[in-house]
Amino acid sequence: MSDRDRERLPTNLPAPVAIPPEPAGLEPAVGREGSLYADAWRQLRRRPMFIVSGILIVILALMAVWPGLFTRADPRLCDLADSLLRPSRLHWFGTDVQGCDYYARTIWGARVSITIGVLVTAASTLIALVLGSIAGYYGGIVDTVIARITDIWFAIPTILGGIVILRSIFSTRGLLQVSLVLIVLGWPTMLRLVRSSVMATKEMDYVDSARALGVRNFRIIRRHIMPNAVAPVIVYATITVGVIISAEAALSFLGVGLQLPAISWGLMISVAQNRILTAPHLLLFPGLFLSVTVFSFILMGDALRDALDPRLR
Amino acid sequence: MGRYLTRRLLQFIPVFFGATLLIFVMVWAIPGDPIAALAGDRVLPDSVREQIRDRYNLDDPLLVQYGKYMGGVFQGDFGDDFRGRPVTDLLAQRLPITVRLALLAFGFEVVLGIIAGILAGVRKGGFIDNLVLVSTLVVIAIPIFVLGFMAQLLLGVRFGWFPVSGVQRGLHGYLLPAMVLGSVSLAYIARLTRTSLIENLRADYVRTATAKGLSRRRVVGIHTFRNSMIPVVTFLAIDLGSLMGGAIITETVFNIPGLGRAVFEGVQRQEGTVVVGIVTFLVVVYMVANLLVDVLYAVLDPRIRYE
Repeated sequence: MSDRDRERLPTNLPAPVAIPPEPAGLEPAVGREGSLYADAWRQLRRRPMFIVSGILIVILALMAVWPGLFTRADPRLCDLADSLLRPSRLHWFGTDVQGCDYYARTIWGARVSITIGVLVTAASTLIALVLGSIAGYYGGIVDTVIARITDIWFAIPTILGGIVILRSIFSTRGLLQVSLVLIVLGWPTMLRLVRSSVMATKEMDYVDSARALGVRNFRIIRRHIMPNAVAPVIVYATITVGVIISAEAALSFLGVGLQLPAISWGLMISVAQNRILTAPHLLLFPGLFLSVTVFSFILMGDALRDALDPRLR
Repeated sequence: MGRYLTRRLLQFIPVFFGATLLIFVMVWAIPGDPIAALAGDRVLPDSVREQIRDRYNLDDPLLVQYGKYMGGVFQGDFGDDFRGRPVTDLLAQRLPITVRLALLAFGFEVVLGIIAGILAGVRKGGFIDNLVLVSTLVVIAIPIFVLGFMAQLLLGVRFGWFPVSGVQRGLHGYLLPAMVLGSVSLAYIARLTRTSLIENLRADYVRTATAKGLSRRRVVGIHTFRNSMIPVVTFLAIDLGSLMGGAIITETVFNIPGLGRAVFEGVQRQEGTVVVGIVTFLVVVYMVANLLVDVLYAVLDPRIRYE
């Protein structure tokens, strides 16, 4: 069953993540103690990939919560006389057309990206966990209905769907609207993952024995299936944060995402594209920050997968 | 196999109608009167308004509009844009450009991706392996429009190897956008090939082949390679589908008048018929690619039997 589903993750999202064929953690490996997660943590602490991406993510999170820590300049206090300065000691990243300090703007841009990335991922994971465990656990008609609805959403490419919805339904587009659209388009992929993971866990003997003991369905799902089915979801969710940040930037770049005066890397790049020859620094800095952000989340996801997938040990 | 195919085709039908209806509803939810937009500053006489509304079935309920539209689609009529030009004309004009771009990108990613994947996979943990792993991660992380601008700036402007934008200079102009468009999939293909190869190299039949004295070249090149290609080939089929529709950003960056560009302009100009027509077409392409993947899967891997 799940083999087929697994191969059909959309290509505009990250490549099919290797899903553990069966959840681990039910029996600790011989000679070791602790759960899958304790094992994973022990392994992760020694991985440079994990450490590097962890540090980067902490810095980015700080930037999003507390931009004043990195810059004292006000990103909205601009002097037209300073328009389009090259990077200098005074303005590390130069200034934009309006004469705003580009370093301050780039730092402040982290807030939108991180907020949207985390918000959208959290919401679509929640939807997927609820619907996916219902579909995967109960099967039958409920599963069929949920799976068919997912198929329909799935047939619509993310960016294409995003453009159409954002242009047609909302007259003003802020952080909330863009997040909402990305949630609406993002949950089906996650749902498939949860569903196939739950279906695999459901077949385990300990689930059977719990049922034989008369444990209620809800408790089985919560106590026995979820903890064991959630490992691939954690990996995929981490990567998704990066993918969503990239998608938000792409939509803003195309002019259907956030609108000025919002400060967002995608918007900055969109404005910069007309001056790519005369002021390449306007493109370079937000592009660099955006790439590093996406990179750290994908790297983190990769490190987590290596640690959580017992097949690779 | 036959039964599986029939079932799969039957499932195709509700998904097809669901997806096209969804798009139809979303596009026509655009606020504002499209006819007023068409007329611009002038006020249209009521009779003309009526005629236009009638021609585009704008007075029917949305579901009936959709029904009439789909009836046309099945006869090869995707509707007209507001200047009376059939959307099929637009499709015929733009499609070859997108197909050319997609095929070039596809060729690029298949050849380089598989080679990189094999080189990385045969020596797991070696220098090439780490190089491929890190560089693919970097490529995946850089958003495609940033990558596009970088390529434009460096290879187009600074070094002058490629035309910076547009397609006036023939196939040469497609090369750079195709490489940018294919780069992300290239990274996925390389990683997928590598993982699959490493997994298969651990299989019993590989040990048997080595034990009976076959050369390493033959073991990897024939036995393992063919088995490792199964997930890659299925990925490729989906990818070809999404390359066709996913080129909006690349076409924007490089100013290529393809299908993605046409959809985007349609949305900007509120030309619902154009958007619905092209998106419907793209969704069909995407779905057929998905269907093809499922069938391919069954054909390529006899271990999988669909009941």
